[in-house]
Amino acid sequence: MAFSETLDTGRNASALRSATRRKRSQAQLIRWLLLFAGGIAMVMPIIYMLSTSFKYPFEVYNLNLIPEEPTLENYTYVLEDGRFFSWFTNSVVIATITTICNVLFDSLVGYVLCKYTFPGRYIVFIAILSTLMIPTEMLVIPWYLMSSTFGWLDTYWGIMFPGLMTAFGVFLMKQFFETVPDDFLEAARIDGLNELQIWWTVAMPLVRPALAALAIFVFLGNWTAFIWPLIVTNSQEMYTLPVGLTTFSVEAQVEWELIMTGAAISTIPTLIVFLVFQRYIIRGVVMAGLKG
Amino acid sequence: MTNVSLSNLKKSYGKTQVLHGINLDIQSGEFVVLVGPSGCGKSTTLRMIAGLEEVSAGDIRIGGDVVNDMEPKERNIAMVFQNYAIYPHMSVRKNIGFGLRTSKLSKDEKNARIDEVAGILELNDLLERKPNQLSGGQRQRVAIGRAMVRDPAAFLFDEPLSNLDAQLRTQMRLEIKKLHQRVGNTIIFVTHDQVEAMTMADRIVIMKDGHIQQVGTPFEVFYEPANIFVAQFIGAPSMNMLSGTVKGEAVALDNGTSIQVPTTKLSEDQKVAVGLRPDALLVGEGEGLFTGEVSVIEPLGTDTLAYVKVGDKEVIAKASGRTPPAVGDVVNLHAAPEAIHLFDADTGEAIR
Ligand SMILES: Nc1ncnc2c1ncn2[C@@H]1O[C@H](COP(=O)(O)OP(=O)(O)O)[C@@H](O)[C@H]1O
Ligand SMILES: [Mg+2]
Repeated sequence: MAFSETLDTGRNASALRSATRRKRSQAQLIRWLLLFAGGIAMVMPIIYMLSTSFKYPFEVYNLNLIPEEPTLENYTYVLEDGRFFSWFTNSVVIATITTICNVLFDSLVGYVLCKYTFPGRYIVFIAILSTLMIPTEMLVIPWYLMSSTFGWLDTYWGIMFPGLMTAFGVFLMKQFFETVPDDFLEAARIDGLNELQIWWTVAMPLVRPALAALAIFVFLGNWTAFIWPLIVTNSQEMYTLPVGLTTFSVEAQVEWELIMTGAAISTIPTLIVFLVFQRYIIRGVVMAGLKG
Repeated sequence: MTNVSLSNLKKSYGKTQVLHGINLDIQSGEFVVLVGPSGCGKSTTLRMIAGLEEVSAGDIRIGGDVVNDMEPKERNIAMVFQNYAIYPHMSVRKNIGFGLRTSKLSKDEKNARIDEVAGILELNDLLERKPNQLSGGQRQRVAIGRAMVRDPAAFLFDEPLSNLDAQLRTQMRLEIKKLHQRVGNTIIFVTHDQVEAMTMADRIVIMKDGHIQQVGTPFEVFYEPANIFVAQFIGAPSMNMLSGTVKGEAVALDNGTSIQVPTTKLSEDQKVAVGLRPDALLVGEGEGLFTGEVSVIEPLGTDTLAYVKVGDKEVIAKASGRTPPAVGDVVNLHAAPEAIHLFDADTGEAIR
């Protein structure tokens, strides 16, 4: 009697266990399906962009993924168009300079706010953070007035100046500098380095993962920026890529295949930037894991 | 090599004063250990010497010059931190050489210097490694190497061994002491561990609540503690402390017993504390100072510690390791007259 009872509970337990296992694998399946759907939703536009860039105009509105008559003509057209090359250069120059400036200035300000005590430090920090609450669209008008007063319209400087420092970057870097122990800085101070050297040789290398993240973020943000470059530029040769690509549509109705081709080409630098800096991010995570 | 002297050194953070006038003269080449419970102001003192904290009042002199307003780098001192403060993104060679960044030596001279230091610390084979490929003890040695490479006037150590396990700590203690004997620079070493202080110091500075309690050789602070705090802080297990009142030629202890003491410096009815180190209070044959029942024994090998109930107070005494008493035994406790310490119960000061 007692024996069969134990057997029974044993069976019940294993039934229960397999039930929970089934439930768990169902949850897993649902999770997987959701991720898959999300992945599709994100990748589809990119696939269509690529596929359209290989299509002739007559095929653009057929939603087939594989072009019936694949062609490279769009690429030759876009690349031989001199304007595309200058837009591309403009974008590279602007995004690169802005990224470098952000990495330097945001981390300088973040470092000072994090590692030094001075009267008004908190107020300065709050003031910087509060600018995050103002949307770009609202700032565009004062920026424009400023640019036109100083004669910055239609120049690189005019396109770049609003983004050379970002409040978000300052905030990010300040938070990351909290992870750098004060001992590290004091040791360098005793060894005779000045404050700028300490920042550059000790603190900066220790927050490299954050710098890489910031660099990717800023580069992508500036590479795809549209509204401000559109407003501040007048002449076609000062356009950035996103602004320039839209001219394909205005001139000869909407030439989607050319826009998609330009867009496809313009993703290449973002991929390169991401691949280069991603290594640092991963290495940073690994390093943090090994510490201690 | 340089002497370091602190005169009436004070430090306040806002309204809270954490150092109340520190006076200390450290001779050139001396190994001085600042010891005291956590929060007593050891690190603050050290950081003020290094120039990392501002002086609120008083003077710091290094080699005779007042350095109160000098930058850390102008003071020619080196500091080893508790967390080593070696840089994870630099190789061992770079870390050790970091102290030479601002020096005017040529690259070859710098490398020769790094190699020399690495040789002394037995780090030669590790020079190209990154800190995360080193053990705790090796990292500690890199931190010391980085301090040594500049040949500073004085080394400052802030609890450099507290992150190491017990065995490694003992070993590094010895290595630092040997290093001092070899290089001979002035060393100011901070720790909360009285064993570290006793084993390494030429002179020990015992601190409490921002005041110096006693300055002396390990021998002096152990055998002639200036007050009850020092008596109980130095030595493990802690000194037995029995309170009582002077009655005639003896002290009547609150636990009901009485003890004969030299009473020349005592006055009738004075409240005193009688201190007896466990290793000077011996379990033995015949009539002794006290008699009591053993409640716990702790065998340590050579000796056994016996917790003995004397009156209503438990004292720790030393018994033989080979033939220890058993729990429940009634034993006699003996002490040599010179092993009895007397303190004024009100002021805590030693009566000698
Ligand atoms: N930056 C600071 N601000 C306020 N109080 C401090 C500061 N640094 C240390 N203290 C206080 O000073 C006292 C001594 O600290 P410290 O020198 O670090 O002690 P320790 O002997 O443990 O090294 C402590 O009570 C501590 O709380
Ligand atoms: Mg401390």
